[in-house]
Amino acid sequence: MEPYNIYISGVGGQGIIKTSIIIGEAAINTGFDVVMSEIHGMAQRGGGVSTELKIGHAKSPIIQDGGADLLIAFEPLEALRALSKLSSSTYMVVNNSTIMPFNILKSNIPYPDVKTIFDQLKSVSSNLMVLNADEIAKSVGNILSLNMVMLGGALAVPDFPVDKNSIIEAMKDNLPEKTLEINIEALNQGFKLFSI
Amino acid sequence: MNIEKVLTGEKDEKLFLLGNEATVRGALESGVQVAATYPGTPSSEIGDVFSKIAKQAGVYFEFSINEKVAMEVAAAASASGLRSFTFMKHVGLNVASDSFMSLVYTGVNGGMVVLSADDPSMFSSQNEQDNRNYARLANLPMLEPSNPQEIKDLMKYGFELSEKFKLPVMIRTTTRVSHMRGMVKFDTVNRKKEKGFFHRDPERFVPVPETARIMHKELVEKMEKIKDKSENSVYNKIYNNDADIGIITSGSAFNYVMDILDQHKIKANVLKVTFSYPFPEKLVLKFLKSVKDIVVVEEVDPVMEKEVLTILGKYGIKRNVHGKLDGTLPMIYEYSPDIIVNSFNKIYEPKIPRNKVFKSKVRVPKRPPTLCPGCPHRAVYYNIKTVLDDLNIKDPIYPTDIGCYTLGIEAPYESADYLLSMGSSIGTSCGFSKATNQVVISFIGDSTFFHAGIPPLINAVHNKNNFLLVILDNRTTAMTGGQPHPGLPVDGMGDAAPEISIEKIVKATGVQNIKTINPLNIRTSREIFKEALEYQGVSVVISKYPCMLIKNQFKKKQIKLEVKENKCRECLYCLENLACPAIFLSDNGSVKIDGLQCKGCTVCKQICPEQVIKVRK
Ligand code: SF4
Ligand code: SF4
Repeated sequence: MEPYNIYISGVGGQGIIKTSIIIGEAAINTGFDVVMSEIHGMAQRGGGVSTELKIGHAKSPIIQDGGADLLIAFEPLEALRALSKLSSSTYMVVNNSTIMPFNILKSNIPYPDVKTIFDQLKSVSSNLMVLNADEIAKSVGNILSLNMVMLGGALAVPDFPVDKNSIIEAMKDNLPEKTLEINIEALNQGFKLFSI
Repeated sequence: MNIEKVLTGEKDEKLFLLGNEATVRGALESGVQVAATYPGTPSSEIGDVFSKIAKQAGVYFEFSINEKVAMEVAAAASASGLRSFTFMKHVGLNVASDSFMSLVYTGVNGGMVVLSADDPSMFSSQNEQDNRNYARLANLPMLEPSNPQEIKDLMKYGFELSEKFKLPVMIRTTTRVSHMRGMVKFDTVNRKKEKGFFHRDPERFVPVPETARIMHKELVEKMEKIKDKSENSVYNKIYNNDADIGIITSGSAFNYVMDILDQHKIKANVLKVTFSYPFPEKLVLKFLKSVKDIVVVEEVDPVMEKEVLTILGKYGIKRNVHGKLDGTLPMIYEYSPDIIVNSFNKIYEPKIPRNKVFKSKVRVPKRPPTLCPGCPHRAVYYNIKTVLDDLNIKDPIYPTDIGCYTLGIEAPYESADYLLSMGSSIGTSCGFSKATNQVVISFIGDSTFFHAGIPPLINAVHNKNNFLLVILDNRTTAMTGGQPHPGLPVDGMGDAAPEISIEKIVKATGVQNIKTINPLNIRTSREIFKEALEYQGVSVVISKYPCMLIKNQFKKKQIKLEVKENKCRECLYCLENLACPAIFLSDNGSVKIDGLQCKGCTVCKQICPEQVIKVRK
């Protein structure tokens, strides 16, 4: 199969690598080949973080410009930073809670207006799905489950190659047991928003 | 996946593993008995996994004080007949190189693998040196995997090869291979005997001039034989498509090349060089003859390209060779699929179509990494800066070192002026304090101090230097993920271990003025820094407070801070001078604290000129 390319971006500490591993393992258990790229170390301390996954036939996980089928962005600015990976058919699942870069006051480039960011994304592709993952995560009982809210949103994207049960199975293998219930609830809430 | 699976996973099980995790599995399947490292990205997770499973696996594992010692521990284990493994980031091999260069002379007994994880594009490093050059400098076999499965396979092959020829074998990965995740199929874990025996043989193991001359000759002879292996290795693979174009590639670049050829149905012959040193001359020659045009696609230095040109010259063959040297491919940084496409399009028709690339119409501010909320380093930088202002000291020099605190390079801290390598903060302070009359304030972390800070500190005292050294003791090796070091009561296997006191070491070097502070206590810290700066000679302040990422460091209930409702005068002093990521400017212009991010270090409370920050009830 032509690979299904997922680009996931956000800020260090939002649970992006975990989310990516869950998708990857679920895809493998579904019978697909998967390759994934992650960045560790210096980049993580509150900096921008991204992972890339290819589900299907590929040797390298690195996605070409304009090659992402799906963008999952945990933060609006980080969605905008991923723009070069997008095409007019990319689906974009984007959290609308912003996190300011720590030095934004000293930066000569301001944090753009969130509406401007979404307009930019929409000008690339109309498949934009915005959610407030922070709020939903808080409402199910733990802000840390925001990554599963995002994953739930992504699950509702047409063509997403893995089904919800496989994701839940992979969650069981990768998340602490005592947080599982909240995380599954978070996933369901994210999913519910966009599934028809 | 539970990380213990790396050990307990059964034969034929398939797991989604990080390259670094696959490395450990490869070592276990090879019956490794001793493993040693100093943590460094992108190799750190190898040690983290060993640290978790070594005991259960019956393997001895240690976080050594530095890479040179790690190399020596592994070398001695191998000389005693055990299979041993040492791994490090690319620049770590510089530290280990002194012993490494002799180790190829003495050779080994039990199989020994040395893994170097290079960092093209410098995601977490001070340079992007290409350690394929070390295979040539030291003269030892090198293997270059492209994905996690291959890492595991090559670990096993590496051990066999090493044991057969009694020579260490080097594996070179890059960030994109070490930090790539993919499916890995398991074989059985192999447990070997636990203790070795060292049979003395000074003619083999003591390279003094007389013996070393013989050893070098033997090394060259071994490598001559090993060349046969690389010529015929199953790991050096030709993908023959009867094409006119021949691509020679390795490592991560191989993945990009294959995906692009596949995706765009381009006909080319490909030679994947995995057993890359000794360079398989005959195999390459055969490949060169079979095509008209050559493209060499390799990351960082034009190492293979030069080998190819040498072979062409040697055999008097004419071929076009495209690569770095003719400008077809970039000379530096890591490659990507897009770079490969652009480069191919420079030399071949029809051009490979490129996707439309969208660019943002608004400018996108950077998001550099920063010290965590509540990080004790932030308090130190704040204290030093304000004390210098009070003392009216201009143009200080801040030699810094390798760790989270290098992030002090960013505004508002701007406390990182000079950096070369692990431990260089102190050595360069010696130089600055002799060469200038400026005030020199030097920063080094606890783990880095142990690694390479002690000899230069002795140098400083002995040579009557004048500077302030701040040892940022946050009780862990933070940047690489929180590994233990000799200053902690625990070792790499999780066992209790003697805690080496930094303070006592500093005392023993002859430093007279030593103070230990809690950096989160702003007033006292400032007083101590003031005294230390007024002191003539070498003074050392040990700033001791655990890294915020260490779990369970808070015994008491964790407090959170907040800005009193409507009291903030919006002077922005805290934002501008502390820049704790938990403090932010709300939409109405007042300053707020993000309760989730705040670690309750109380530094903001102590420095707020209006005293409007308080503990949340
Ligand atoms: S990891 Fe620890 S040392 Fe590094 S920035 Fe965070 S708190 Fe500071
Ligand atoms: S107490 Fe203040 S400085 Fe410390 S983490 Fe909380 S907001 Fe940041």
